[in-house]
Amino acid sequence: MQLTSNNQLAKGTKKVANINTALAAATCALLGTSPVVQAEENVWEMDTALLYYGETDRVTAVEGVFSAKKDFGDEHIFSGKFVLDTLTGASATGAVSQPNAQTFTRPSGKGQYEIQGGELPLDDTFRDTRLQLEAQWTQPLWDNMRGSTGVHFSKEYDYLSIAINGSLAKDFNQKNTTVSAGLSLAFDTIDPEGGRPVAFSEMVIDEGQFADEQDYQAAFDATRQKDSDDKSTVDLMFGVTQIINRRMLVQFNYGLSTSDGYHTDPFKVLSVIDDQGLTKSLVYEERPTERTRHSFYWQTKYALDKGVADISYRYATDDWDINSHTIDSRLRFNLTDNTYIQPHFRYYQQGAAEFYQPFLLEGSTLPTFASADYRLGEMTAYTVGLKYGMKMPSGNEWAFRLEYYQQDPKNAGFDAPGALQQLDLYPSLKAVIAQVSYSF
Amino acid sequence: MLKKARIILAFLVSTQLAGCANLGVKPWERDLLAKDEMALDAEGNDLGLDDHIYFSKEATSGGRAFAGGGCGCN
Repeated sequence: MQLTSNNQLAKGTKKVANINTALAAATCALLGTSPVVQAEENVWEMDTALLYYGETDRVTAVEGVFSAKKDFGDEHIFSGKFVLDTLTGASATGAVSQPNAQTFTRPSGKGQYEIQGGELPLDDTFRDTRLQLEAQWTQPLWDNMRGSTGVHFSKEYDYLSIAINGSLAKDFNQKNTTVSAGLSLAFDTIDPEGGRPVAFSEMVIDEGQFADEQDYQAAFDATRQKDSDDKSTVDLMFGVTQIINRRMLVQFNYGLSTSDGYHTDPFKVLSVIDDQGLTKSLVYEERPTERTRHSFYWQTKYALDKGVADISYRYATDDWDINSHTIDSRLRFNLTDNTYIQPHFRYYQQGAAEFYQPFLLEGSTLPTFASADYRLGEMTAYTVGLKYGMKMPSGNEWAFRLEYYQQDPKNAGFDAPGALQQLDLYPSLKAVIAQVSYSF
Repeated sequence: MLKKARIILAFLVSTQLAGCANLGVKPWERDLLAKDEMALDAEGNDLGLDDHIYFSKEATSGGRAFAGGGCGCN
């Protein structure tokens, strides 16, 4: 009996050390871009994942992740992440469906594609490979204070993003309360194939009206800005983590994000329609050059006898007038000591940006900003999924995740004239997410 | 809207901090909290992949972590 108690004590002491490390790292990590969980000293811990994301008739993405972390002693923790993803398929252009076939010029200006009547215009030229690298260092500084700093790099064919971050976290109340503050600075550069479209310039479509290729190219070039553009983002985040009791801990974050620069999507257009609902021309969108966002995030984790309940809620609002609510829940049930299942449910709802409109009306005054990108429109979305994990005798772990994601765009109060009334202007998007993970 | 947000934030932070003194556990009561799956960022790769998907498909990002920067994902 005495021996058992001693063992339990020893085990308990180790766990106390672990939770201190875990909370320390987690609090800093929540402010960083690279998650750090507790790390055993001087052992590299590797996590790998391969994700498939496939939308019906639209985008397919495959993403591989390799992350590693190591505690070099006394909670001096390094974590790094390598991500490689490829994207192919078709993306909604913003143009509305029409009763008849429509012809579009590709974003590069080289070539055309045709969309059949009654079908949502999708640009099927998307093909991209993206590389992302992250590194984060976390360590104690002084008197229950920890610091964390990191870098983030993401590069795809026409887009580059570089970010640095730093955060401080301090423990109070026997490490039951942690208060943290973080700052991230990001700098993005975009240089799209074919150049950036001039705001509200009309898409040049070669329908035989040009004398030769040179004439067409001159007309196309007149709608383009050739140089690259950029966007800088400053993020501030303040967080409080509180242990409530032996089973429950909560976290609250407030995030303030301001971005300045090019926010327009160079591949998105708006249809200019007449009072019959027929498209007369297509013009490129234009978004504001500034955006200020606020987010309020609440997460609660509760240890069940055989599992964990993890529920979070996020409210976000910004000066584009987009307000959103997100509820995310993961409920882990341990089937045995080494296996578990974890249902996942997520619900998301957003309102439309003030400059969102599904189309422009011919003859009306051109707005300062407009976008028909459905991602800036009103929508609800939900995700349902299931994860199964199993720990091997070696301690390594396999996990499999299968989820279904559906977006349901809504009409944010726009009257559709004529022919548009018979067409589905807000089609749902359906996607399957499948993931295999291995930790060692 | 901003003013409203500030009031909500001030209220939540103050109630959190005021309540903190009476909450929490003793060091020897952390057995359940010490489990890997109780870490706030357990399943880091899953969370990162989800953030990427929803960042690309929805107008809101961040909350759990920083919102800005990222990619030109479609």
